[in-house]
Amino acid sequence: MENNQSDVVIAGIGQTPVGERWDVSLRELAAEAILPALKDSGGLKPDVIYIGNMLAASASRQANLGALLAEDVGLNGIEAVTVEAADASGGAALRMAYMAVVSGAVDVALAVGVEKCSDVIGSRFETHLSQMLDADYEAAQGLTPISLASLLFNRYLYENAAEHSHFGGFPEVAHANAVSNAHAMFRSPLSGEHYQAQAQQSEKTLTIYDLAPFADGAAAVLLTREDKLPRDFSHIPVRVIGSSLVADSLSIHDRNTPLVWDAARISIERACRSAGIMPKDLNFFEYHDATSLHAAISLEMAGFAPIGKGWTLANPAGIGLQGQIPGATFGGLKARGHPLGATGVYQAVEAALQIRGEAGKNQVPDARVGLIQSLGGMAATAVAHVLSY
Amino acid sequence: MNVPARPVGIVGYGAYIPRYRLPGTEISKVWKGTPSPGPVKEKAVAGLDEDVITMSIEAARNALARAGISPHLLRAVWVGSESHPYSVKPSGTIVAEAIGALSHIQAGDWEFACKAGTEAFAAAMGLVGSHMGDYALAIGMDTAQGKPGDDLEYTAASGGAAFVIGPAENSLATIDAHYSYVTDTPDFWRRADQKYPEHGQRFTGEPAYFHHIASAARALMDAAGLKPEDFRYAVFHQPNEKFPNRVARQLGFKPEQTKTGLLSPLIGNTYAGSSLTGLTAILDEASPGDRILLTSYGSGAGSDALIFTVQEALLERREAAISTQAYIDRRTEIDYGTYVRYRTKIVLG
Repeated sequence: MENNQSDVVIAGIGQTPVGERWDVSLRELAAEAILPALKDSGGLKPDVIYIGNMLAASASRQANLGALLAEDVGLNGIEAVTVEAADASGGAALRMAYMAVVSGAVDVALAVGVEKCSDVIGSRFETHLSQMLDADYEAAQGLTPISLASLLFNRYLYENAAEHSHFGGFPEVAHANAVSNAHAMFRSPLSGEHYQAQAQQSEKTLTIYDLAPFADGAAAVLLTREDKLPRDFSHIPVRVIGSSLVADSLSIHDRNTPLVWDAARISIERACRSAGIMPKDLNFFEYHDATSLHAAISLEMAGFAPIGKGWTLANPAGIGLQGQIPGATFGGLKARGHPLGATGVYQAVEAALQIRGEAGKNQVPDARVGLIQSLGGMAATAVAHVLSY
Repeated sequence: MNVPARPVGIVGYGAYIPRYRLPGTEISKVWKGTPSPGPVKEKAVAGLDEDVITMSIEAARNALARAGISPHLLRAVWVGSESHPYSVKPSGTIVAEAIGALSHIQAGDWEFACKAGTEAFAAAMGLVGSHMGDYALAIGMDTAQGKPGDDLEYTAASGGAAFVIGPAENSLATIDAHYSYVTDTPDFWRRADQKYPEHGQRFTGEPAYFHHIASAARALMDAAGLKPEDFRYAVFHQPNEKFPNRVARQLGFKPEQTKTGLLSPLIGNTYAGSSLTGLTAILDEASPGDRILLTSYGSGAGSDALIFTVQEALLERREAAISTQAYIDRRTEIDYGTYVRYRTKIVLG
């Protein structure tokens, strides 16, 4: 754990549209995010690239992404390596880049998240996706991440006397914010009626409106120390003031309670402590809304709602751009799309846009300090970062 | 844009749609446990004694009746389908002999997924347009195979249409221009030893169906100097109800231009027969001077776009055969068990 007032700053950001990008390969997708990030920095060259990715080795039959991507963007000879932590891979890559820069080991580090989900289709994709679970005890029983989340959702409703209809605000706010995000996959509002009709039909299980779409996408963030920024750097430097990665038991059955996600809670505590802030000081929270349940539990673990009450924030007054704790400000995983290992880096890009004041219609008023959190599976890995003005 | 040296047109046309209908709710009852509606209301199913050859003969007889010519004048009989009854043995020769065509002609089969029909159509245009013959018969017909339980089972239907292509001066509608657009896009396929095709799910949408249809239709309209509002009717390949409506909207067509030719909600996707059957429904009601745009789509992938202008002769000759709507109205509903029997879904040893 670092206790610092670090001078690590975000020097450049880049992101691609999220969606089914049938027409581009993994390497083209990554370049689409990396090159703009380098340009955005005013010409900094990274010493190292950390690549967040979950599926390339199995779904795209491509390992060794460090060599692949470094060469593809003309950076042969630098250090480059993949970081994998299921759908927290992007957050983990950002964590590695942060550590490399804050330690002084390098001056400039690039965190890239890239995922090409559409290289496989149908039930074969579920097989690849289920690698994020415990292969021996969960996936082998036929569990997939979605079915497991749905079982937990059922339990959540039972334990907390909550109703499915209470969760509609999560996707509705996410979709409303995605309308003005040119990089989002679903740029259309979601009507409450649609959600409630499905929720009524499936009282105890998550429906399609509760689930983030797995998609293709890439995002990149270039980190450096403030004194290394080019003199003519044209943006407000966004500082990374807190960083933490925590691993929990991989299987749900090995945890004390299935609905308290310790790694999610502890990573936020540590990131905020190293930043020297309390969660109440945050102006927004980019949570990992892979499902509506993930959104609710994330808010609980961050302390914005009591355990079992995260859904009470599922409305514009709670998480809207002007709400108590704005979340999914560019659509979140649900509506911007969830490109697995790239998602954590998208969160960093979006948080940087908020703090730079470049978020346009998605701008959170007075966004000075923001928290981003990326979860791997059911928060078996949790990565949290605090970004500040 | 392709325009034959000698002006050509549709001299006769005829559809065939088998009478049996399988509602989508019958399929979902079996495979989902609840009778929820599918992407189309119901689909046309060929009976026990029907296949691409018998149905082609029916449609060809209708086309010849409207053409008012002797089958002896045909210089080619070409059948486009992805469900030819034989892998080796042409459908074309059987159809040719059954309708009374002579032996010294071209006869054979075309294969290009759902574009096989318009592929035969373009070949017939070339044959007539180059003076190699005066009349050629082009057919698009299918008994489409949907794997039991697959999403495509709701739409994979039976039916199609036949066209006598001949000199423009004797035509019901002139074929003013043609354009074809193809790429290697593997969205849907069936290997020779497979009973049912496989598909790339949503990959069959944007990069496949929409890209090819829009590319072909736009290129042809641009080359011809025409805009959507210059057409009275438009018909596109119809794998379901949603896709043709969406591509029509993207291209700038209005529902009143496409509703006549949109048959998939009532009969499903007749594959190689799909857009061509829609064209027969349009010809059944069009007036002289009306301009029609047709754009087919075949997986693998490609689109043929065609522009027609309706001629006076249509009014005199279209009653010479049964209308497409009459085939749609001739309806016997069947249950899933009957469908399984008719389409030999159960392999008995």
